[in-house]
Amino acid sequence: MNPSFSANPLTDLHQLLQYPFMVNALEAGTIVAVIAALVGWFVVLRRESFVCHTLSVMSFPGASGAALAGLPLASGYFVFAVGGALAIAFGSRVSGRRSAMQESAVVGTVGAVALGLGFLFLSLYGGILESVETLLFGSFVGITRGQVETLFIVALLAGAVLATVGRPLFYASVDEQAARADGVPVRALSIVFLVLLGMAVAAIAQIVGVLLTFALLVAPAATAQLLTDRLRLSLALAVALAVLETWAALTLSYFTNEALGFCVTTIALVLYACARASRELRR
Amino acid sequence: MSLVAALRGAAVAHGAATVWSGVDIELTAGEFVGILGPNGAGKSTFLEVLLGLQGLREGSASVLGAPPGERRERIGYLPQRRSFDASVRVRGRDLVALGLDGTRWGTPMPGTFGRRRAAARARIDAVIAEVGAGAFANRPIGECSGGEQQRLLIAQALARSPDLLLLDEPLDSLDLPNQASVSALVQRLCREDGITVALVAHDVNPLLSYLDRVIYFARGRALSGTPAEVITTEKLSALYGAGVEVLRRSDGRLVVVGQPDMPAHHHGHDH
Repeated sequence: MNPSFSANPLTDLHQLLQYPFMVNALEAGTIVAVIAALVGWFVVLRRESFVCHTLSVMSFPGASGAALAGLPLASGYFVFAVGGALAIAFGSRVSGRRSAMQESAVVGTVGAVALGLGFLFLSLYGGILESVETLLFGSFVGITRGQVETLFIVALLAGAVLATVGRPLFYASVDEQAARADGVPVRALSIVFLVLLGMAVAAIAQIVGVLLTFALLVAPAATAQLLTDRLRLSLALAVALAVLETWAALTLSYFTNEALGFCVTTIALVLYACARASRELRR
Repeated sequence: MSLVAALRGAAVAHGAATVWSGVDIELTAGEFVGILGPNGAGKSTFLEVLLGLQGLREGSASVLGAPPGERRERIGYLPQRRSFDASVRVRGRDLVALGLDGTRWGTPMPGTFGRRRAAARARIDAVIAEVGAGAFANRPIGECSGGEQQRLLIAQALARSPDLLLLDEPLDSLDLPNQASVSALVQRLCREDGITVALVAHDVNPLLSYLDRVIYFARGRALSGTPAEVITTEKLSALYGAGVEVLRRSDGRLVVVGQPDMPAHHHGHDH
C-alpha cells in the first residue's frame, strides 16, 4: 500500500502503526527524543553545542569502522563517541583546568580527524555500507527490535547518571567558580557529562543520522529555555518538544518519503524560530 | 570576643614566588573587615587560605576552630568577578538555592521531599528578603543589573547561614550608589546576624565608613588595624612604597588619594 495522507487522523495513525518497522521507529524515536532533550538541556546550559556536534560526527568513523571490522554498527557508534568525548575531556585541560581556547581547538581537530577516518574506513571497506546518505541523514526503515532494546538500556543508564549528578552538574554548569569553591568536583563532572553526551549522541545518530543528531539534542532544549526560565518546567518542555518533534517528523517522513533527519531539523528549526521571535517581540 | 579565624606567621607562595609572609591576622566574631591593597598583593589568596583552597608555605591557620577547609559548610563565599550575561535563562532564586543544596547529589524531583523542600524554600525566601532581592529574584539572573546580581550572589553565599562570609570584590563593576548600598547591606549582616565578614576591595573609599577593621596587603606584607590606625598618610605611603595621601573631608570621613593600583613587588596574582 502506498502511504497517502488523509484528513482523518485516525486513519493516518492506523496506517502508521500497521507495519512493525513503523512501531519500532516510533518507539526508538521516543526513547531517543527523551534522552536527547534531557542531555541537550545541559548542553545548552553549558554552551557545549560545538562539542555536541563534533561528537555526533564521531558516529561516521564509528559506523564505517565497525563495518570494516565486521562488528555490529552500534558498537562502532558507541566506541567512537565515547572515545571522542574522552579525547575532548582530557585534551582541553591545561594544568588541570578547563581552557576555552584549547577546548575549541581540540574539538575542531577531533571533528576533522573523525571525518577523515570515516572516509578512510569507508574506502577500505569498499563494499556497500547501507549507503553513506543513510548514515549521514538517518533512516527509520531498518530499526530492529534489538536496536530498540539497546536504545532503551542506554537511555535508562543515561537517565540514572543524570538523576544522580543532576543538581551538582547544574551548579557546575551555571556557576562554575562558586561550585568549585563549594567542593563540587567540577572537573570529574565535566568528564562524566561528556561521556554521557557521547553515549546519547551515539544512540541518537543511529536514528536521525550523523549530521542531524545535533538538531534533536540542541534545538528542543534551546527552544524550551527560551520559553520559560523555570527549571523543572523547561526540562519537561524540552522533553515534550523533542518527543512531539520526533513523532511529527516520523509521520512527515513516512508520508512524504523525505529523509527523517531533514524532517526533524525542519520542524525543530521552525519551533525554535517561533520561540525566538515571540521572545524578541515580548521585549 | 571569640576568635573566628587566625593566621600565625603565615606565608603563601605561588610556585617559587612568595605572595606574602610573616602574616599574623585574627578575625573576631561579628567584625566587618576590609581586605585591601593593590592588585596582585594576595587579597584573594588570603580568602583562599581561609577556605582551605590554598595551602600555607609557613605558619599556621585556623578557621572556626579547625584547620582551613574543615568547616567549609559554615563559610559563605562569593568568588571574584562573576556576572551572568543576558542569555542565562536561570532565575535568581534558583541560583540562590544552589548555595543551600547545590553540592548535594541527586536531582530534585517534583513533589518529593515535602518537608525538606518546604524548609529549603522558606530559607531561600528568607535570604532573598534579607538582601532586598525580592523584587527581582524571580527574573532570569542574566536580565538583572550588576547590583541586583551582586545582591543575589550574596544571598547565595548566605544561604547556609554561615558564621563567616568571604566576599571577593563584591563592589567591582558597581556604580557608586550600588557600592554604598551593598556595603551598607553587608554591614547590617554583621551587626544584626553577628556574621564575620571579610570583604576584598581594591578601592577603600566607598567602604571606609562601614568597616570595623582593615587589613592591607602590599609588597609581601600585611598591616591590620582599625581604619583610624591604619589609614594614615604615613602608614599607607610606607606600605605601598609610594606617595599615598589620606585626607579628612569636612564631614570627618577619610578619603584615600593616590593608591597606586600597581602589581605588587612579589609576583603573586589574584584569581
